[in-house]
Amino acid sequence: MYEQFKARAVGVSAEVFRFVTKSAALSWLLAFLQKEGLADTPQTSALWAESSFLDGLDVDALKMIAGLKFEVTRELAAEARFGISQMDWALADTGSLVQNSTAMEQRLVSSLSTIHIALVPTAAILPDMPSLLSRMNPKENPYIAMITGPSRTADIERVLTIGVHGPERLVIVFVDELGGGF
Amino acid sequence: MGNEFKESITRAVNNANLTGALGKFSEAYKVNRAKAYEGIDFEELRGRIAELKSYAASHLDELSEQFTRNAEASGATVFRTSDPAKVREYILKVAQDNNVKSIVKSKSMATEEIHLNPYLEEAGIVVGETDLGEWIIQLAGQTPSHMVMPAIHMTKEEVSDLFSKEVNERLSSDIPRLVKVAREQLRPAFLAADMGISGGNIAVAETGSIVLMTNEGNARLVTSLPKIHIALVGIEKLIEKYADVATILKALPRSATAQLLTSYVSIITGPTPNSDGSMKGLHIILMDNRRSEMAADPKFKQALQCIRCASCLNVCPIFRLVGGHVFGKVYTGGIGTILTAWFDELKKSEDIQGLCIQCGACKDVCPGKIDIPELIMEIRRRLVKENGLPLLQKTIYAVVNNRKLFHGMLRAASIAGKPFTSGTFIRHLPLFLADLTDGRSLPAIAAEPFRDRFKKIKQPKLKERAVFYAGCLIDFAYPEMGEALVKILNKAGIEVFFPEEQTCCGAPARYNGAYEVAENNAIDNIKALLSVDATYVISACPTCTVALKHEFISTFESVGQAEWMPKARILAEKAIDFATLVRKLVGEGRLTLKEGQKLGRLTYHDSCHLKRTLKVSAQPRELLQKAGYELTEMFECDTCCGMGGSYSLKLPEISAPILQRKLKNIKDTGAAVVAMDCPGCVMQIRGGMDQDGADVKVRHTAELLAEQLDM
Repeated sequence: MYEQFKARAVGVSAEVFRFVTKSAALSWLLAFLQKEGLADTPQTSALWAESSFLDGLDVDALKMIAGLKFEVTRELAAEARFGISQMDWALADTGSLVQNSTAMEQRLVSSLSTIHIALVPTAAILPDMPSLLSRMNPKENPYIAMITGPSRTADIERVLTIGVHGPERLVIVFVDELGGGF
Repeated sequence: MGNEFKESITRAVNNANLTGALGKFSEAYKVNRAKAYEGIDFEELRGRIAELKSYAASHLDELSEQFTRNAEASGATVFRTSDPAKVREYILKVAQDNNVKSIVKSKSMATEEIHLNPYLEEAGIVVGETDLGEWIIQLAGQTPSHMVMPAIHMTKEEVSDLFSKEVNERLSSDIPRLVKVAREQLRPAFLAADMGISGGNIAVAETGSIVLMTNEGNARLVTSLPKIHIALVGIEKLIEKYADVATILKALPRSATAQLLTSYVSIITGPTPNSDGSMKGLHIILMDNRRSEMAADPKFKQALQCIRCASCLNVCPIFRLVGGHVFGKVYTGGIGTILTAWFDELKKSEDIQGLCIQCGACKDVCPGKIDIPELIMEIRRRLVKENGLPLLQKTIYAVVNNRKLFHGMLRAASIAGKPFTSGTFIRHLPLFLADLTDGRSLPAIAAEPFRDRFKKIKQPKLKERAVFYAGCLIDFAYPEMGEALVKILNKAGIEVFFPEEQTCCGAPARYNGAYEVAENNAIDNIKALLSVDATYVISACPTCTVALKHEFISTFESVGQAEWMPKARILAEKAIDFATLVRKLVGEGRLTLKEGQKLGRLTYHDSCHLKRTLKVSAQPRELLQKAGYELTEMFECDTCCGMGGSYSLKLPEISAPILQRKLKNIKDTGAAVVAMDCPGCVMQIRGGMDQDGADVKVRHTAELLAEQLDM
């Protein structure tokens, strides 16, 4: 299902990567942020919302990296270039990511940032929408958010243009070791 | 039709930007939509949607109550009303109670329907549209021209002019740059807004959830950043079960924009905490505004199966020429015509219902399985019932209603040797007696109609019998098509009978809303055609065949004619179109065509009624190929030729460019012959080809096959 997911997601301009271990994913992620200009100035910072990926990691050490922040506020989210969050599910047949986004901070980092980096447990890939809905009860998940590719519009002359109100880039990082599929 | 309306059409068809953008989009849409639906059984899917939406339409009250209960249990406030004025007042009150200064909106047709923005603005509240297309038209002071793509009628140059004024800086027309400007301009508005207003794509009764879909991401911001969120939802968006969300999500993005899924889907069930820890004020307004009345109407109830994808606009040959503004200010295109008649008033649809050429392209793609052309005809019928026919049409149908008088006049026209050019009365007879030659030559009325020629045909006595229903065009303009048909059927061992009392099929009257005239035509024809005991009633005109097979029955249903219904059903059983019967005869070995002929290249034009109502498209192609023609498909082979019976007389400004498009597609194949199965299409296309001067023969399949019978 990973291959199907990847083909679909790439088809809608998402970037898809996969790592076996958390540490491999983390070092790739940090290198990616550096390469894309992470710094502690407005419009270059990164905001990382609460995620199980961080469990067991030395977050204090990560906080030492200039521009990488973990306290999500509206103000910081509005000026962050990178938003990092973890998704609960992925749908293979449409290349979509799904999250219980009830916590505002999860929505802030994934909707206001220019580059959204989505961490996903590889085992959380489901075949399709019906299999998702049977697992996500809306009463227990007041705000279910699905994300399929970056923000897009074709409102001017039907020309597909990426990045209107949401992120211009969606970088999806699958991590086998994250477990998932709860 | 009013002059103002006619002028708006002329302006639209002469707007190269508009027709260019819409034309390109409609061509790409068909291809992309097909791709998006690859591997999906569309008929099965839309069957499920129709079923679940139809169930909802029959249980609007129940589902509204269930939705309210569940949404309120989750902490939302639900306001139900049937009155648009109450919706506006409610929203303003919530805004004023919470000291709201500015509002951001994501796209909502329901708010357009109740003209919400000007109302709030008058109260001193700043209202900002955030969907890029909506923002563009808000800046331009216009209304949306398409339900899904509101600014599709504008060029990037026009957008850059608007944005330049907004940011006080001369911008280029580079689209990515313009999009960035929108992002930068609207971001502060999102962050500062006190209230967000959205629509709702789906409302789930079982859970009290609303589902929002966008590509730009604006609905996520509208529902997240401000402390208050109001969702305005028309009750036709209600569905019963949460699991059915998947069914709608499967069809809506595919049909709307040929996407597998929109970039963002949010399912919101009750309020969530704001970033300062307070709870969001979530208000959901369930608006009726005549939807319940619609649900109670046996004909129009199915219109509530609409999921607002706008695919009926995207495939409409008229819409792509005139765009949305000709249709009015809110809902546009096929479904828009129906919604305007209800949510606004029947009278408002008087002009726009006339735009529909009844080609059926929308019915084929509608994911809610709505028979849009049929509902537009029903609007026509009700308008005629309410207002009566215009005097001129009344006079015409008085003639068509009287077979002897009608046929006498057609004969008179043939004596004159050419269509009458004076006398408003005859000149405006339906179909072919008009002096309209703009872009198309009209056939002379045949010197000897088929009904006279038929008597001279010597037929052998054969054991099987078929009744031939000629229809006006073959009878009086193209008798040679009828002769070809007789020759072919005789060869297959079928004797042809032609009851003389047969008359106009009633389609012209029906398509103009004069159902009582169509009813009389139907009864006359039933009497005539069942007067001979035969296996088949065959027609070489698809419009006539549709009348015999389906429309006599539905006309009787509409006018409450029960007496003739059983016979109408018998006739419907016997009725068959030329291509289907002949294909069957060839398949059974009762008819053979000459072997090994090399007749050169041919292209085939699918007539609307044959392809989409009778579902016949392979049969004529197989027959023509068997006869020795090499088939080259044209682009958009099944797009309407613009004839539409009297449509081409009433709206020549639309009919003519549709014809030009068809002629170009035919010529582009390089084929020397274009075949079709409808005499109306022959009249339109042959006339167009004649004026165009291109050396392409325009023939009815019957004529081509009659030349290739194995003697």
